Amino acid sequence: MSAALDLITRVRGVRGAMLVSAEDGLVIAEQLMEGIKGPAVAALAASLAGKLRRAMGAAGTGTSVFWHLQAEQGALLVVPGGGGNSEGGILVVAVAEPDVNIGLVRLELLRAAAAVI
Amino acid sequence: MSDDIRALSAQLAQDPQSLVFLRLGEALRRKGQLDAALRVAVNGLERHPHLADAHDLYARVLTDKRDYERAFDEWDMAVRIAPNHTGALKGLAFLYFKVGDLTQAESHLEAARKVEPDDPSIDQAIAMMRKGSAPPAPSATVDSPTVASSTVASSTVASSALDETRVFAGLEGANEGLLLIDGAGRVLGGALKDGGGTDVTDAVAAYLAGVSQEAARTAKLLGLGAWNGLSAEGQQGNVHLAHPTPDALLLVVRERGMPLGRLSILAQRATAMARRWLEQHG
Repeated sequence: MSAALDLITRVRGVRGAMLVSAEDGLVIAEQLMEGIKGPAVAALAASLAGKLRRAMGAAGTGTSVFWHLQAEQGALLVVPGGGGNSEGGILVVAVAEPDVNIGLVRLELLRAAAAVI
Repeated sequence: MSDDIRALSAQLAQDPQSLVFLRLGEALRRKGQLDAALRVAVNGLERHPHLADAHDLYARVLTDKRDYERAFDEWDMAVRIAPNHTGALKGLAFLYFKVGDLTQAESHLEAARKVEPDDPSIDQAIAMMRKGSAPPAPSATVDSPTVASSTVASSTVASSALDETRVFAGLEGANEGLLLIDGAGRVLGGALKDGGGTDVTDAVAAYLAGVSQEAARTAKLLGLGAWNGLSAEGQQGNVHLAHPTPDALLLVVRERGMPLGRLSILAQRATAMARRWLEQHG
């Protein structure tokens, strides 16, 4: 698991990576820079993933295979494991700077998800 | 098979990890052997997924095959990996021109000119575009049939003009893939249909307020500042959520084939239209 997170945190601009239980929002594994509160990231990412899953289900787009939240001072990027079904699965999560290369982080998140799930 | 292609194929067979696939793929493309070029590009990408030149090669082959959607995706990825990749910048400019977005087309050519100020082909492309002709596709072969007519481009631009009575009038998918709601979840404009054609506008609107509140809470508690967009790739479609004003939410939904980068561009346009409409009707 640590090796999988390594791949993500090596991308420039990534401040931390985690594996999170989608069901209860608890941390499974983490590699975070100082100042990032792992339990808060895990809980919030899982909660947002659940609401997004329901909205996407209603829209007929199926469950998400990757999503990212863009904000003024950073971004949260998530790949729900288990074929996109985040309910009861694992979320691979990255916290990044606002100017991070989203495409690269996405690739590494997908690779990490394939490796650990 | 020509000698150069034979030699390059032999080199690649000896060392499958080498970057000679770039030259082989381009040679095949120039010879018009597009299916073979495509196979070489895809195999190369599988071995070098983070190589911008590999995405660029794949995009050029796709452009020659007139698969512009996927070509856009690949050039978009090349620029994400290497922001100064002039081949990809010129490719994106060409595709933006084809869909009538002259501002983005010129912006990408200007970005390419900053990287390679001595490249006369970039100045030529900008001049051609300003006259209403399509800039050439990057490294296009003589017989590459990839020139868009200025008439098509102009009409696309004209059709995007804002209609006073409808929020997204003129925008692609205005009645089935765009939705504007207020803070209470009331639908202000647009509509959504699922893959089966069923209207899901109200059902989705009911969920969006919750997603927005959770996005705002997440960004705030993680010290990321205000959130300005949420993009998601789904198994059957992609979505982008934005807020044109603090009290309104905009959702754009498109089929899975539309890359997130392009969806984001479409969302920006829709956001600007929604903002104008809200200012006029708010």
